[in-house]
Amino acid sequence: MADADETSKQAERNTNVGDGIAVKKQDIARAKNEGKELTKDEKQRLRKEKKQQKKNKKDDKGESEHENVPLPPSQAVVQCQSQKAPSVAPSLALTPVSVCTSEKPAKSKAEQRAERRARQEADRAAKGKKGESAQQPPSGKSKAPPNELQPVVKRLPEHVQVDDPAAVRKLAKKLERQQIPVRSEYGYKVSLFSHLHQYSRKAPLTQQISIPSTVIHPYIVRLGLQYSQGIVAGSNARSIALLHAFQKVIQDYKTPPNEELSRDLVNKLKPYISYLNQCRPLSASMGNAIKYVKKEISNIPCLCKEEEAKKQLLSCIDNYIKEKITLAATTISAYAIEKISNGDVILVYGCSSLVNHILCDAFDKKRKFSVIVVDSRPRLEGREALRRLVKKGICCTYVLISAVSYILPEVSKVFLGAHALLANGYVMSRVGTSQIALVAKAYNVPVLVCCETYKFCERVQTDSFVSNELGNQYT
Amino acid sequence: MELQAVLMAAGGGSRMMELTYNTHKPLLPVGNKPLIWYPLNLLERVGFEEVIIITTKDVQKMLTPDRLKLDGKMKLDVVCIQLEGEMGTADALRHVQQKIKTDVLVLSCDLITDVALHEVVDLFRAHNASMAMLMSKLHEFTETVPGQKGKKKAGEQRDFVGVDATGQRLLFMANEADLEDGLTIRKSIMCKHPSMRIRTGLLDAHLYCLKRCVVDFLVENKNISSIRGELIPYLVRKQFSKSVNLPNNKDEVEMSQKMEGQTNLGSCKDEELLRLTQERSCWNDHHGDMSEAYHGGKVRCYVHIMEDGVCYRVNTLAAYIEANRMAPKLIEDPPIHPSAVISECTQVGADSIIGASCQISDKTSIKRSTVGASSTVREKVKITNSILMNGVTVEEGCNIQGSVICSNAVIGRNADIKYCLVGSSQRIEPDGECLTVTQNAVSV
Repeated sequence: MADADETSKQAERNTNVGDGIAVKKQDIARAKNEGKELTKDEKQRLRKEKKQQKKNKKDDKGESEHENVPLPPSQAVVQCQSQKAPSVAPSLALTPVSVCTSEKPAKSKAEQRAERRARQEADRAAKGKKGESAQQPPSGKSKAPPNELQPVVKRLPEHVQVDDPAAVRKLAKKLERQQIPVRSEYGYKVSLFSHLHQYSRKAPLTQQISIPSTVIHPYIVRLGLQYSQGIVAGSNARSIALLHAFQKVIQDYKTPPNEELSRDLVNKLKPYISYLNQCRPLSASMGNAIKYVKKEISNIPCLCKEEEAKKQLLSCIDNYIKEKITLAATTISAYAIEKISNGDVILVYGCSSLVNHILCDAFDKKRKFSVIVVDSRPRLEGREALRRLVKKGICCTYVLISAVSYILPEVSKVFLGAHALLANGYVMSRVGTSQIALVAKAYNVPVLVCCETYKFCERVQTDSFVSNELGNQYT
Repeated sequence: MELQAVLMAAGGGSRMMELTYNTHKPLLPVGNKPLIWYPLNLLERVGFEEVIIITTKDVQKMLTPDRLKLDGKMKLDVVCIQLEGEMGTADALRHVQQKIKTDVLVLSCDLITDVALHEVVDLFRAHNASMAMLMSKLHEFTETVPGQKGKKKAGEQRDFVGVDATGQRLLFMANEADLEDGLTIRKSIMCKHPSMRIRTGLLDAHLYCLKRCVVDFLVENKNISSIRGELIPYLVRKQFSKSVNLPNNKDEVEMSQKMEGQTNLGSCKDEELLRLTQERSCWNDHHGDMSEAYHGGKVRCYVHIMEDGVCYRVNTLAAYIEANRMAPKLIEDPPIHPSAVISECTQVGADSIIGASCQISDKTSIKRSTVGASSTVREKVKITNSILMNGVTVEEGCNIQGSVICSNAVIGRNADIKYCLVGSSQRIEPDGECLTVTQNAVSV
């Protein structure tokens, strides 16, 4: 009885807390959605409902599991209820609409089961209505175990958790399961970057793979080598090379008996992606390309014959490259050329394939401009940009980044390429780009960032330390 | 599948006829294992599951029981060739052409090395090369070779190998025998690679990764008979030749199409995407001129030069002796076979290898030597710096120094053998004395 009292008191407290939080969230929601269409509101509300239903479903599942434990039923019910209360508190923080959850305790088993069934039906109906427009709630939130208080943070990617031994162990276990060798860390780690991987170029991953590689497709091994040695560098090049390798994998794929292509092929690709991630962390563009390929594969109808399915996949990948990379480059360059006037002095940094493409196109369209290529060590990619532009016939100057404030008074525009565009509008690019942008702002020079849409990612990062890639110290 | 291994074991061992007239070269015991065990072990360690072995009928018969020495599950696919004419390595490769479905790794059976094979194959993979090979620094053989007086003149055998500044791209390869006056290097090569290192003290390990289209090219051009002698120099030269202008030689055009395109067989899209990738990648293998990566050349040859480590080609007697010295380092088995019976008062040095079922009697001293399987060594024998093959019987009181005793030989009592080579199944009379002074010391 004491338990029940406690539970009801907690329920009250939760209601108050729930109300408070619900009100705040509604305010925020209102403020955010001011001026947007109703449908967006509806969508958000649906999403929240679905999230909450999922949460309840999870709690129910936890309940039913406990019911299977050989305990007298009354005790089981009381246990579940007391376990429910603390779980409600964190779920409140996560799901904005929370008022109904506090009324859960003190229901009989049968009623709960009926409720659960009804909720599942509603879920299914809601899913059918929504279609694909609403995004899945981030996986980290709905997987919160009901027994602990979880912090309100998404699951961090493993490549920025190198100083956390648990995460490293988890990664090692996952790689072992996929039969991918683990790349070893090397050298002295500065404490500022101890959470990032630091690999040695002298110990390539191929040392631990058998030479006629059977676990990993040979094209993927070659691609991984080319990534880690820097032979394929640059966001667009890496994506195209990745899609090309995937095409080869799909061509060589044979569905094992009793398996479906749509499910098995995705599982086949997972170890390859882990391997490539070990060779060099995936870029945002590669991540989006992989998502697209996986989606296309899972959308293959199960009655489709293998040959047809493969042909369809290959053509999908071709279309992706054509639309998102080639045509996008053409469109962007058509738009950017309007911004280039005769007599312009354009500053570019490093070697961005898109910016080079724009400048070459502009030159073809007979615009008169000159280019200043800014370069930085250790990669010295600007040399390659310089070579391509000069080969085209464009008049170029070459400086190192240390001289950027000296030449900026002569510059009329700055064109920058991007590796990724984050959800808060931040641009992620080669190290040194932010410096150029800041100096340009100081001189009131307009900065244009050129980025294809397939590089947009929904991550948010406020500084460059939290997630980055360490170069090789002995380049 | 990525690579197929082809092991060339049909060679006759023409430079060490004293050893190979009776035992075939792939079966010569080195460190009490047949010579062919070493490359097979290398392939197995690295992860190959199948090997195609090209050899003669006699060797094929012997290969089956020897397979027990390989403790892995590697499948050996033995192909026989007749040795009527001089069949070169390229001819042999053409012979097995139907079995070859992917890129191929060609090895020679007399290669003993502990190279990290991924170094060679990584060059082949990363740069999409037509050929990648292994070379090593030449070791001078310091041991006195039985049957030879003085040092061997190494003058005519020198190979001139030109590599670029990174030390990986192969620019130039010629044997001194082919060069009349001096070394000629084309200006176009110098323009593309202004910094070239020419090295002479290198041993070609005869380990080549070849692309599939090169094998196809070999099939087309039947006049190439040796991989090392003709194909490799041709490929190295082909890197820099202009392909478009000279259609008068029909072979050239076909070959250039096959090697540079890979487009004839369908996948033109393949090339297109590779070109797109290269266009957008901000990488170049050289800097300072206006050409794109690899100077736009489609044929690329790479070499991995081993600076340290073990790499021997056992094709001369000196190399054979040296390999026997080095063998304990490469084999993980204990140097003294557990089934050998060694009596108490013998001294067996730590760097000696005793084979299976040997019987070593009292008061013998064995230093820096290899004693083959099923050999019998009686009392008061001193064996230093020597190699005894299988089934040798050494009677009491002998003194064997710096010699090679082939299989099933019998050395009579109190014989004194210094720097000799005793042939197979020979018998040295008791109290005999053999010294390396003249050719007669080699009793064959």
